[in-house]
Order: sequence, then structure tokens, then C-alpha cells
Amino acid sequence: MKKILIVDDEPNIVMTLEYAFKKQDFQVYIARDGSEALQILENNVPDVVLLDIMMPNVDGYQTLEYIKNSKMLENTKVVFLTAKTKDTDIKKGLNLGADRYLTKPFSVKKIVSEILGLLG
Amino acid sequence: MSNYGLITIILVYLAILFYIAFIAEKNSKSKWVNNPYVYTLSLAVYCSAWTYYGSVGMAANSGVGFLPIYLGPAIAIPLWIVLLRKIIRISRQHKISSIADFISLRYGNSRFLGALITLLCFTAMVPYISLQLKAVAETFGIMANEPYKFGISIFEDSTFYIALILAIFATFFGTQATDASEKHKGIVTTVAFESILKLTFFLIIGVYVTYYLFNGTEDIYEQISITANFENLSKLPDLESGFNWFFIMMLSFTAIFLLPRQFQVAVIENSREKHLKTAIWLFPLYLFLFNIFVIFIAWAGKLTFGETANAEYYTLLLPLNSDNTFLALLVFLGGFSAVISMVVVSTLALSKMISNNLIIPYGFLDKFVKAKPEQNASYIKNIRRISIFTIIILAYIFYINFSIELSLYSIGLISFVIIAQLAPSFFIGLFWNRGSSLASITGIIVGLIISTYTLILPFTMEAFTGSSDFTDFGLFGITALKPYGLFGISFLTPPAHAFFWSILVNTFCYVVISLAFKSHYRERNYAEMFVDSKNFSSLQDSALVWKGEAYVADIKNILIKLLGEARSQRALNLFFKKYEIPSDTQMADARLINFSEKLLTGSIGSASAKILIAGVVKEQEISLPEVLKILEESKDTISSNKVLREKSAELTDLTSQLKYANEELITKDKQKDEFLDTIAHELKTPITGIRAASELLMEEDGDMPTDMRQTFLENIVSDSDRLSRLINDILDFEKLSIGRQQLNLKKRNIQKTLIKAIGNIQQIAANKEIKIVNKNSFSFELPYDEDRILQVLTNLISNSIKFCEPKKGVITLDYKLGNNFVEIYVKDNGKGIPEEDINYIFDKFYQSRNQNTLKSEGSGLGLAISKQIIEKHHGKIWVEKTTGVGATFGFRLPTN
Repeated sequence: MKKILIVDDEPNIVMTLEYAFKKQDFQVYIARDGSEALQILENNVPDVVLLDIMMPNVDGYQTLEYIKNSKMLENTKVVFLTAKTKDTDIKKGLNLGADRYLTKPFSVKKIVSEILGLLG
Repeated sequence: MSNYGLITIILVYLAILFYIAFIAEKNSKSKWVNNPYVYTLSLAVYCSAWTYYGSVGMAANSGVGFLPIYLGPAIAIPLWIVLLRKIIRISRQHKISSIADFISLRYGNSRFLGALITLLCFTAMVPYISLQLKAVAETFGIMANEPYKFGISIFEDSTFYIALILAIFATFFGTQATDASEKHKGIVTTVAFESILKLTFFLIIGVYVTYYLFNGTEDIYEQISITANFENLSKLPDLESGFNWFFIMMLSFTAIFLLPRQFQVAVIENSREKHLKTAIWLFPLYLFLFNIFVIFIAWAGKLTFGETANAEYYTLLLPLNSDNTFLALLVFLGGFSAVISMVVVSTLALSKMISNNLIIPYGFLDKFVKAKPEQNASYIKNIRRISIFTIIILAYIFYINFSIELSLYSIGLISFVIIAQLAPSFFIGLFWNRGSSLASITGIIVGLIISTYTLILPFTMEAFTGSSDFTDFGLFGITALKPYGLFGISFLTPPAHAFFWSILVNTFCYVVISLAFKSHYRERNYAEMFVDSKNFSSLQDSALVWKGEAYVADIKNILIKLLGEARSQRALNLFFKKYEIPSDTQMADARLINFSEKLLTGSIGSASAKILIAGVVKEQEISLPEVLKILEESKDTISSNKVLREKSAELTDLTSQLKYANEELITKDKQKDEFLDTIAHELKTPITGIRAASELLMEEDGDMPTDMRQTFLENIVSDSDRLSRLINDILDFEKLSIGRQQLNLKKRNIQKTLIKAIGNIQQIAANKEIKIVNKNSFSFELPYDEDRILQVLTNLISNSIKFCEPKKGVITLDYKLGNNFVEIYVKDNGKGIPEEDINYIFDKFYQSRNQNTLKSEGSGLGLAISKQIIEKHHGKIWVEKTTGVGATFGFRLPTN
């Protein structure tokens, strides 16, 4: 069973993703911001983290940095899912080591297929 | 009074003058020395012994005829502001030290003209000075009660010693600096002091004679009006003597400008141009006061002495006649003062002319080049010292041989007529650039010849031949050549007649020759500098056109010879700095040559300066048109430079404004970008929710639980609401920040608005079980836009709700009344605002981390909009720094 951590501060959005991935038999973890994500990542190793960038407290970039520095999480893929759609933002996200950079608003179907593709 | 007593008094008085001069020289910067009153009083050096004694004599013999001598200068005074200001500026600019310098420089720095003017002034002044000595001698005789003895040796003659003391005084205070254009504060201050004395004493004797010896002016008039030839004394001038008056007034008008002593005090010693403004009224007043009693003293004298006494000394004889020796002594000292100031200033001015315009340029230049700097300084000073003594001794000799027999008045007028020959060159040359040196020289010489023929020759011929044939029948018996009646004009008095003819021919020669012959380019250059002095002063050293080859080192050598090493170096450094020329420059340009000439002019006169500098440089001849072209160009350059500078300053200003605007635009642009970014981001969030939920619902194939579907549908609705709220806020905010939103200001009751606001939000608070307390019980009316203030209150209260914990939260509305404002507070007991947020909390889209809900219902624009609304009301909004629990927002609205 694949594990996914969805990090976003918008409950409505999280709700849709949660529903979609559960339907694909993912084990879904949910964090409402970066700091909650970090707590979850201390004890769990998801296959992929779907990460928003603009969040209170610890933001998406900081969370990515944490994952990249964690030995335990070296196989964890990170996918940004954000409303920041400028080229510079995308470049920045990929340079920091994200595996994919997906933008909001999104097609749920497409997100799911991207993630499935990423995990092979 | 005894001879020795009188000499003692004279010596004490002179000692006082020495002391005053000494103190003034020491405190030359003090305002006691540098003020318009001292300046104006020093101008009164015009009133010499001739005024002091001569006027009374003239009034006694010919009635009001003495008046034009004072009317001329009084009429001239208003013109001073115009003329003197120009003359003073030019003189200062060129370091001019005398009238000879001034005129000769105007005509191309002509050495010959300078020398000619010096000789002319010398010729005019020596008799004039001798006249002063005569006055001293005669009044001394009257006071000591011993009539003048002929044939005594000069060493027994007290006048000789007095002359010597005057020479020493002039030498001591007049030759301290080698630079003759320097001011002589000591001398000027004593002159001013003496002017006060002579006027005061003259007024005292006037009052004494009129009101003590007689019973006032009417008494004198009544008594004199019954004497035999009173008609002649009091009649106003008829047409013929009207001409006399006119010419004598013209004569004294020119004298007030041209007399070397007047030029010295009015121009050279002027320290501030604005002093002229005082002189313009004070000097005529001085002259008026001086003349007020003249006619009454003259009549009183006539009534008392008849024809038996010398009318010129009535002022002394009247008090002596009634045994008032003290008063006579005062009068004597007043006259003595007039003499001292006139003699000292005249000899000072003349000595500078003799050294700078005659002796140095005609004989001493080679010596200067060979000698050492210190020697040169003492040479220059010694030449002036010897000149002073020579002038005074010559005046003494003239006095012994001629003056004794002539009246004060006639000698004075002869001097005036001679000096007046400078008038055409001086006055016309100031305003007409065509006037040439050849014309000036010719005019002056011809004028001199005519005035000699018509004024000096007759009485010298009579004195030598003992016959008046020349006067009565003219040269070779030709009637038209009668010296006092040339070509039949015989109704004028000899001085008026001489003045008329000499000035007429002088002016004619000057104008015709100037027009007929082209002048040298150098002359024209100086002429332009004088005539157009305003424009040329801005050209400064570039005003002199010069082409050729010259080395800085050669010029420097000359400067060192005359000014000494230190002063030359200092001057050159200044020059290089001023024109931003590297100090190791080898070739000199026109500016340096002009600058150096000016530097030397003060010490050795302009003619010598030019000759010395010309000796070490190789000048190329330039044609007159070329000079005029260059001058025009440099004037144009100056003015276009000025325009350019102004334009450039404007441009710099504009550029910086543009830069600022640009920076502001960039910031604005950046802010706008950020704002749009944030808006896009904020808009995308609900859209994302809506899109994702709709997609799931759409694709759903019947396996979605009903409650899930319900939730997604509700989410779609709430996201849509959020979206529309956001859009409204954004539009609101934009309207407010652009200023398009007009406030609907009406007087309203703030209490009612508060209640309304609570009502609007009550439901949300109740949902979270948060209490809202309104502490305000005060009904107060003030003008505001109710909808907008409601918006602010709703924002603040809903903010507080966000920060409060459900069930425990209490929100308090409070108020405060000020002098002309009302303050409303929204307090809560929530988490409070972190200190780092306080400064940003009113920024758009700033959201605090301490919010209790994860994602606010707000747009992030609430506080930013509130701030704009309050500021539109001319109020202010803030959040209080609190430690611990809760946050307090407050805003203030003005009540008017």
C-alpha cells in the first residue's frame, strides 16, 4: 500500500485529494501546515508528499528542506501543489529538489495519474 | 591772545587728531569707523577754509552769489547714486587709487594722459592748498593780534611750521601701505570728526552773531536794508547773473566729482555702496546747515565794521570785537579743522597721483626691476612721502608769493575751473565708448590753455607788468580776444566766463576727435569695460583681450619685485584656484596678465603696471574689430553659459524628480505585481476547491457516499461565497486606494452604529459562544459614512472572533471622548498579536499566525480596507502593543 502525505491549509482542497487517493488505495496522511507535516514525518515514511507552499508557520519550502536532509526520507518523493504559477516559482521549487511541480487549480484525475506515474 | 598760547592750543588740537587717527587705524573694522555717517561727514571735506571764511566774504561783497557753490553739489547729489555707484564699482574692480588712474585707465591705460591729469591737478591744487595756508596764517594773525609781517624768514613764520605738521600727519597716516587703493581709515575718521567740529563752531558763531550781537534775523535785515547799496546785495539774479549762477553751479557740480580730495573720500575710501544712501540726504543737509547763517554774519559784519575790515574774517572779528576771545578761538579751530582736512586729503590724493602716474611710470620702472622687493616697497612709500612734503612746501611758497594778495574766493574758483577740464573726459567717457585718449588729451590741453588765457593770465600779467591793458583791450588789442569777454561775451564773471569757454571748446574737441579718428584696440577694450561695467564685471579677468606669448615665471618675477614673495605667491595661488588652472602652468594667458596688472596697479599705478608687464611678455597686435568681436563673444558666452547653467540645473532637478518618480513607479509596480500575485493566489484557492470538488462529483460513478457528496456540494457553495467576498473586498480596496470611493458623510449617532455592527456579527459570535460587550452608553453624533464604519467595526469584531477561543472569548467595545475626536476600541481576550506582526497587520493580505481558524474566512484585506476607510475620515487606526492576553484595536474619528 502506497503512502501519501497531503500538506495543505485549505480543508476543502485536502478533502478532495484525500477522497481521490483513498480511492486509489493510498494510505493518506494529512497535515494542515508544515509543522504538522514535520510531526507526521518523524514517525512515518510516505512514498510521496504532496506539498502546498504558502502555509502558516512552516511553509512548503522549509518542509521540503527537512525531507531532503532526512536520511530516513531519502526515497520519499516530493510534489509541490501550489497556486504559485510563475516560471520563477516553478524553477525555484524544482531547484530545491521537488520531483514534480503541479499547479492549482488542478484536475484531480491528472494529479492522481502524475503521482501514480511518479511512483512507477 | 598770546602767540605761544595759540600755538599750544594748536599743538594740543593736532595731538588729539593724531590720537583719533591712530585709534581709528587700529580699529579699522569697527562700526564706529565704518558707517554711513563717517562716510558722509568725510565728504564734507568739500567745505574747506574757503567755505568757512570765503563764503561770508563773498556774501558781504556780492550778496547771495556764494550760494551756487553749494547748490551745485546739492543738485548733484541725487545723481550720485547713479554715477558714483558705477565709478566706485569700476574703481574697486581695477584697484584704482586716484582720479588720474581712473581717467587714464578708461582711455586705454594711457601713461601720458595719467601724467597730464596729475600735472593738471597739481597745478589746480597747489594754489588751493596755499589758500588754506593763507587762511591759517591770517586767522592766526588776527587771533594773536599781530598783522602779517612781510619779509620775515620762513623759520620765524608759524604758518610754515603748521604746514610742516600737516605734511607729517598726511605722511604718517597716508603712506602706511604701498597699495594706494587701500583705505585710510585714520584720515577719514579725523576728517569726519573735523567736519562735525567746523559745522558746530560755525553754527555757534552764527547763532551768537544773529541772536546775541543782534536781535535775530529780522533785526539784521531791517538794519542792513536801510544801508546805501543794499539793493546790490540782496537782489535775486537777473538773466545775466542767472547765467553766472548756472555756470558756477555747473562748475561746483563737476568739482564735487573731480576734485582729487573728493574722489579720494567719495570713491577710494568708500567701503560700502549702501553708504551712498545716507550721503544722498545727509550731505545736502550738511551743506544747508553750513550756509544758513552766512548771509546774516556777512550783514552783521558789514553793519559792525563797514568797509574797514576784511569781510572774509567777520566770523573771527565779530566775537573779538565784543571781547569774546573764547568764541573766536572756537571759530579759529573750526577753520583750522577745515584747513587740516582739506590739506591732508588733497596732498594724500595728489601724492598718490604724482608717484603712480608721474614719477614711477616716467623714471622708476627700471629701478624697480633691478631692486629687491623690500627696497621697492620703501621706494614707493618714499616717493609718496617726498611728494606730500613737496606739495605742501610748494603751496607755502605759492602762498608767500601770490596768495597773500588774492582773495580766498578767487583762488578757489581758479582751481575749480582748472579741475573742471577733466569733466568731458570723465563724464562722457563713462557712458560713451567711442571717446578716445587722443580726444581726451586734446580736450584737456585746449581747455587748460583757454582757462589760463581767460583766468590766470590776466591777473598774473597785471601782477608782473602792473598794467591792465591785456585785460581791458585783449591780446594785441583785439577786442574779440579780451580775456574776460571772449567774442563779446562780457556779462559773465571771470570764473563763469572761463568755465563756459574752456568747457565748450574742450567738449567740442573731445567729441569731434573721438568721432574723427579710430582709437587703438586697447583703448576700446578699456572703454568697453568702463562704459559697460555691469556686463564686464562678470567677465572679470577675461574682460581684457590680449594675445601673445608670456611666461608665468616672468610675470611672477615682476610681482615678487613689487609685492614680495609671500604676497605674490598668495595672489597667484588664488588666481590659479579661481580659474581652476594647474599651478604648474607655464604659459600665461590674458586673464593672468590682466590679473597681474591689477595687482600692481594699487602699488605703482595702472600705467606703470602695464609697462612692467608689457616688458616681460610678447604681445601680438590685434585689430579693433577683432577685439570687439572677442568681447562680444565672451559676453555672449557668459550669458549663454548662464542660460546653460540654469538649464542644466533645471535638468538635474528634473532628472532627480524623474528618478524619484521612476523609483516610486518601480516600487508601485512591484507592489502591484505582488498584489496581483497575491490576489491570483487568493482567488485560485477557492476556485481550486470548487474545481476539484465538482470534478469528483462529475466523475463519480455511484460509489461516493451521500454525506461525502453533501460535503463536497457544501464546500462548493462556501468556496463560491468566499470567492465573491474576496472579489468584493478587492474591488473595495482598489476603489478606496485609488480614491474613487466617495464617503457619504452624515451626522450620525455612533452608539446606534455600534449596536448595528454587533447585530450584524452576533450570529457568528454566538456560534462560537463568544460574548460581545458594548461598554459604550454615550450617544454622540459625529459625521461619518455609516456603511463604511460598519464595515470597519465588522472587520475588527470578526478579527477578534478569529483570535478568541470558542466559549471563553469576550470581546469588549469601549470608547473615549477627546476634545475633537471620538475613539472606539475593540478589545478581546484571545491570543493577542505577536509583536513582529504589529507593524504589518494593516498591510493587505497579511495574515497573522495566531489565528485560531486555520484559514481565515477573511480575504486578508479586512484590516487594510479598514485602515483606508478610517484614513479617509481623517482619523487613524492602530493596534495596541499588549503583553499577554488579548489584542486591542482602536480607531479615532474627528468630530468636525
